[in-house]
Amino acid sequence: MVTDQDIIRIMQAGLPLCPEPYASIAASLELDEAELLRRIDAMLRQGTIRRIGLVPNHYRIGYRYNAMTVWALDEDRIDAVGELFGAQASVSHCYKRPSYPPGWPYNLFAMVHGRGLDEINDKIAALKKLIGDDCRQSDVLFSEKILKKTGIRLKNRSSEHA
Amino acid sequence: MKNGLDQEVAELTDLERRVINGLQGGFPVCKHPFAVAAIQFGIDAQTLVDVIQGLQERNVITRFGPLFDIQKAGGDFCLCAISTPADAWQETADTLNAMPEVAHNYLRDHAYNLWFVLATETAAQIDASIAHIEASTGYPVLALPKEKEYFIGLYLEV
Repeated sequence: MVTDQDIIRIMQAGLPLCPEPYASIAASLELDEAELLRRIDAMLRQGTIRRIGLVPNHYRIGYRYNAMTVWALDEDRIDAVGELFGAQASVSHCYKRPSYPPGWPYNLFAMVHGRGLDEINDKIAALKKLIGDDCRQSDVLFSEKILKKTGIRLKNRSSEHA
Repeated sequence: MKNGLDQEVAELTDLERRVINGLQGGFPVCKHPFAVAAIQFGIDAQTLVDVIQGLQERNVITRFGPLFDIQKAGGDFCLCAISTPADAWQETADTLNAMPEVAHNYLRDHAYNLWFVLATETAAQIDASIAHIEASTGYPVLALPKEKEYFIGLYLEV
């Protein structure tokens, strides 16, 4: 029985660059190709696979400014603001997370990307303007260095106890 | 690992730009997906394979394939932050980077200067990793698991 985890483990390295990539994956799972295509469709519908596609390297395509904007919002406003921020083209990810006041009062996170400092600051200013008085406090954390980026991976069964 | 901010902006052909813009959102699930996807760019399957391979080799794309929601797949992950003195982050970063559970680690310009993502197969392993980090680095960990997702959909036009 091939589980979703088996499919994820083999596909998390990416799609092989060959004319029939799914056939090649199916062969290594000892699964019929048509069955694998059905399983992938089902995982897309369930959201286990968010999408299939390419992920650009922000920096190499010119998006040199990548900011984590964080906002302190009242509990009764956070969903409305989260949906509003999430609907903006400038925001790539928007999440609610726990806050730890007073050291970390922020409970809403929105990632914003820009090719120049002016572009990203304009995008952040536009977000601020959208919510006006709803926000008690906010901050912007720019990335200075990528220290590690391996992607989020499920381990192989064989190395689970390593 | 290369410091992202040191990376040169890549020179891209018009076709490469169209492929980057066109394939961020989706890729066909069928027997000959490259042939199907190539139609929108007016090229054949092998040309599309070559373009994607060229982009991968030059590190212009970091990934080509499915993006999983690891929580729906039964795993767990957690954004965490640590605050070290501004000139003393390296040793802590080395400790974090040596852990296979640490999937991403970024230095950010803030009192909380180290931001990392723990990815494990179970929720219990997240707690164990945090306890291990606190014991081995001496710094408290700010655990910021996702409580609600309003939007995820990175699209960067070139």
